[in-house]
Amino acid sequence: MGSAYTPGLKVSASTVVRKSRRLPLKGDVVVDMGAPVDPDTVVARTNIPGILRTVRASEKLGIDPDELPTAVQVKEGDAVKSGQLLAMTRSFFGMFKSEAHAPVDGVVEIINTVTGHISIREKPNPIEVKAYVRGRVVEVIEGEGVVVETRGALVQGIFGVGGERQGTIRVIVDSPDAMLTEASLTPDMAGCIVAGGANISGAALRKAAEIGVAGIVVGAIVDQDLVDFLGYDIGVAITGHENINLTLVLTEGFGTIRMADRTFRLLKSLEGQTASINGATQIRAGVIRPEVIVPRQAGPDEGGEAGDFDLEIGTPIRIIREPYFGKLATVSELPSELQEIPTEAMVRVLQAELQNGERVIVPRANVEIIEE
Amino acid sequence: MADSEARTIIATDCGSTTTKAILIEKQGDEYRLIVRGEAPTTVEAPFDDVTVGVVNAVREIEELTGRKFLANDKVLAPRDAQGEGADLYLSTSSAGGGLQMTVAGVVKSMSAESAERAALGAGAIVMDTIAVDDGRKEHQKVERIRALRPDMILMSGGTDGGTVTHLVEMAEMLVSADPKPRLGIGLKLPVIYAGNKEALSPVQQVLKERVELHPVDNIRPTLDLENLGPAREEIHELFLKHVMQQAPGYGKLLTWTSADIMATPNAVGRIIETIARRENINVLAVDIGGATTDVFSVFGGTYNRTVSANLGMSYSICNVLTEAGVENIGRWIPFEIEDAELRNRLRNKMIRPTTIPYTLEDLLIEQAVSREALRLALDHHRNLARELKGVQQERSIGDLFDQRGSGETLVKLLDLNMIVGSGGVLSHAPRREQSALMMIDAYQPEGVTELAVDSIFMMPQLGVLSTVLPEAATQVFDRDCLIRLGTVVAPVGTVKEGELLATIRIDGKEVPLRMGTMQVIPQGEGEWRDLEIVPARNVNAGAGKGKPHTTRVRGGVAGLILDGRGRPLVLPPDQAARVGKLREWLGAFGLPLP
Repeated sequence: MGSAYTPGLKVSASTVVRKSRRLPLKGDVVVDMGAPVDPDTVVARTNIPGILRTVRASEKLGIDPDELPTAVQVKEGDAVKSGQLLAMTRSFFGMFKSEAHAPVDGVVEIINTVTGHISIREKPNPIEVKAYVRGRVVEVIEGEGVVVETRGALVQGIFGVGGERQGTIRVIVDSPDAMLTEASLTPDMAGCIVAGGANISGAALRKAAEIGVAGIVVGAIVDQDLVDFLGYDIGVAITGHENINLTLVLTEGFGTIRMADRTFRLLKSLEGQTASINGATQIRAGVIRPEVIVPRQAGPDEGGEAGDFDLEIGTPIRIIREPYFGKLATVSELPSELQEIPTEAMVRVLQAELQNGERVIVPRANVEIIEE
Repeated sequence: MADSEARTIIATDCGSTTTKAILIEKQGDEYRLIVRGEAPTTVEAPFDDVTVGVVNAVREIEELTGRKFLANDKVLAPRDAQGEGADLYLSTSSAGGGLQMTVAGVVKSMSAESAERAALGAGAIVMDTIAVDDGRKEHQKVERIRALRPDMILMSGGTDGGTVTHLVEMAEMLVSADPKPRLGIGLKLPVIYAGNKEALSPVQQVLKERVELHPVDNIRPTLDLENLGPAREEIHELFLKHVMQQAPGYGKLLTWTSADIMATPNAVGRIIETIARRENINVLAVDIGGATTDVFSVFGGTYNRTVSANLGMSYSICNVLTEAGVENIGRWIPFEIEDAELRNRLRNKMIRPTTIPYTLEDLLIEQAVSREALRLALDHHRNLARELKGVQQERSIGDLFDQRGSGETLVKLLDLNMIVGSGGVLSHAPRREQSALMMIDAYQPEGVTELAVDSIFMMPQLGVLSTVLPEAATQVFDRDCLIRLGTVVAPVGTVKEGELLATIRIDGKEVPLRMGTMQVIPQGEGEWRDLEIVPARNVNAGAGKGKPHTTRVRGGVAGLILDGRGRPLVLPPDQAARVGKLREWLGAFGLPLP
C-alpha cells in the first residue's frame, strides 16, 4: 500500500457541501442561524468607506497652508454637498474673492494646515454577499458572514475561469470524448450550464458567450483558444475575477482530454436541474478548485472524494503526466524501493495496467485515484 | 544549557507546500547533518495549524533514526529527564504566503527604492511600490492600496529636514484608502514610518488612530546615506508579533522554538552574507521554488535580496511562460516541439504542480523553463541592486570620459566570484552537470566564476542556526550543504564562429577555446589549478581586453568548464542549427540526449 501524492477531485452525486460566505470587511450578518437560503439571498452586508477626495484649498486661494484656518468655512465632521463653499478669501476691500468648493457630496474629514488640503470622504459603498447555493445557514460568523450547507451533487474541476453563476444543466454531447463545437450550441441554451466532452473549440466558446450561456463544463481546452477568448495570457493560476460573461470549468486539463466517465455520467443524470457554478481557481497553498453544485433532496452520502486515498493493487487511476497523460489504468504493482526513471531520477513508482492491457511504470506523483 | 553546548539540533523550514526538518548532531568536534524528513505544510483547512506539518516532518526523522524527538505531539527541546529529544529546536517559515508588504516613498528612484530594499532585505514580498512620481493618478493609487491587503506598510521619504508636505499627502492617501491587513479581520494595519523625522508629527495627526503607527529612524536621512537597519528590524519584529501570531498555529510554534522564527529568505540571506564575508568574495545566490524565486547578492560587501513573487517552476510556471514568451523557453529545448504542445504541457504542470517529469524530454522542457525563470529573476535583481541614486559623486578629470551614471547596478558579472543555486530544479536535478549548465545559460557568468549548489535545500535552517550557533552552521554548510560544481571560464566578447576566442594554459598545456564551443575538463572537488587565460584581441577574460589573466581555480563535481560561446551569448536563429548547438553543448558535459 502507498499514498497517491496528488489529491484527486471530488465528484459525487450526493454529499454535504459547506460554503463559507464572508465579507471582506467587518459588517452585518442579515440572516439567522438555521435560515433557509436561495442563491440570491443576501446573507451579509457592509459599507466600504468612500474615497477621500482632496481639494487643494490653499493653492486655489493663493494663500500659505498655515493660513487656511482663517479662510475655511467648514469644520471637520461637517456634511457637505457638491459645490458647497469650503474656503474663501477676500482681497482689495472685499471686491475680489477666491473660493474653493466641494467637488462631491460627503463629510469633511481632514483640514490640513501642512499641505493646505481639505479632504472630503464620499458616501460609503454598500456591498453584499449572497448565499450562492440553495441550502441552510449552519454557522454565523459574527460580523463577518455565514456558512451555508447544502446536500447535493458536487463536481470539482481542475481549472476554471469566471465567477459565481446559476443555470440549468444541459449535456449536449453523446459521449465523454465528443467535441463541443460551434454547431452544437443553439440560442435556447441562454442562461444554461452546458456540459460537453473532451474539448471546446475557441469558436464554440465565443458563440456560447454570444448566446448568453451561463456556464460550460468540459474536459479540456487548447491553451491558445483560452488565451484568445480572454484576450490575455493567464500567468498565475488565481482566477475567478475575469471580466467575461460565462463561467468555464475544465474537468481534466489543457489540450483535448476525454472527460472522466464518472463525471460525464453524473452530469448526464443532473440534466434539467439548477446548478451553481464557479470557475474560481487558486493553485497555491490553500488550493481552490472550480465547482458545479446541484442541491438535491436528502440522500445517503456517497463520499466520492478521490484525494488522500491509499493506493492498492487494483486501484483505478488516471495518469496525469506525459508520456501517458490522460490515460486510465489500474495499479498492478507497488514496488517499495525507489526506481530510476528515464530522467535518471530515483523516485517512488507504481506499475500501471493501461486499458489496452499494456503495463507501464509511472511515478506515484503522476497519478490521481479515480473512484468508480 | 548554553547554546554553545548544544549537541543535537532539530531545525525546520515551513515552506508554502512542504515542511522540511533536519537533524544536526555534533560528532566528535564537528557538527554534521544526520537525516532529513519532510511532510506537507498544514496552514490550510482541514488542519489550519502549521505545527501538524512540523510534527509529521520530525516524525519522519524519528522513524529514520529510531530515536525520540517528539513528546505530547510537540517537538521535544530541550531534552527531557531521560535525555531524549534535542538541545535546540529552530524554525524558519514562508508558509501562508510569507510576509507581504506595500512600500511607499516620495521619489520612486530614491526613498521608494530604499524602502523596497529594506522590505526585501527583511524577507518580504513587495506587492507594490507607491511613489509620488510613479506615474499613476492619485485615485489609482488609492484604489490599488485599498485592493491590496498587505501585512504591513512601510512609509518613507524626505531627508531629515527635507519635504514634509509630500509625506503628509502620502498619509492622506493612506487615510483615503483605509487599507486593511491581510490576516485578522478587524485589526489595525501596522504602518512603519521611516521618513523625514520632522514630518512625523503632522503625519501622526493625519493618520490618528486609523492605523498602528511605528516610527523608526529615517531610511534615507541624507541623500548619500541609506540606513535600512532600523526599518528592517521593525519589519522583523512586527512580522513575529502580527503576521506569525495571526497565521494558523504559529502562536503555538513560537512557544516550541529555542529562538525566534525567521522568515525563510531572511535566513538564506544570512548564510549568503556569511559566505561572502568569510571568503571575501562577491556572491550571487538563487533559490528557485515552485511559486517564487529569490535572488541574493553580495557585491563589495553590499547585500541585496529580491524576490520575484511569480517566477517559479510549478505554481508559477505559466507566469514564466507569459513573461519570457514561448519562443524564449523554446530556444533552450534541444529537440523540436510545437509551440502549442509546449504551452499545453506547461499549463498542465501549472494545474497539477506536484507532478514530476518522467521522460527525458519532459525534464529538458522544465530545465528550459528554469533557465528563463532564473534569467528573469536576475534581471529583476539587477534593477534593484543599485548604487544610491541622487548622490553627487566626486569625479576626477579621468572620470569625464566615463559615461557611468549614478544608480548603476551593483551586479557586475565580471567581478562575480561565485554563484550558488538552490531550490528543487537545481538541488534535485538528476545530474549535477545539468544544474551547472542551467546556471551558466541563465546567468551567462563572465570571466572566471565558481559554481555551487545547495545539496538538499537546507540553507534556511542553517541560516537560523547561524544566529544561535554560528560554528555549527558553518561546519554543516561546508561539509553537507554546499556542493561545489566547479569553475566556469567564460571570456567576454565574440569572434567568428570556430575562430580562437582564447587560449588557456593548464598544467603546462595549451588548450585552445574556439568560438561556439564548450569543453569540460575533469577537476575534482578540492582540487586547485593555476590557469593562464590568453584572450583574443577584443576579448576580456578578466584582466581587460586582450590581456592575459592568471588565476587559481577550484574544481568540483562537474569540473573545469570552458565556455567559448562568447558574451553576450547568442543562439543560432535557425531552429535546426540551434538544436544542433544545444546538443553539442549538452554532449560536452556528457549529459544524456533524447
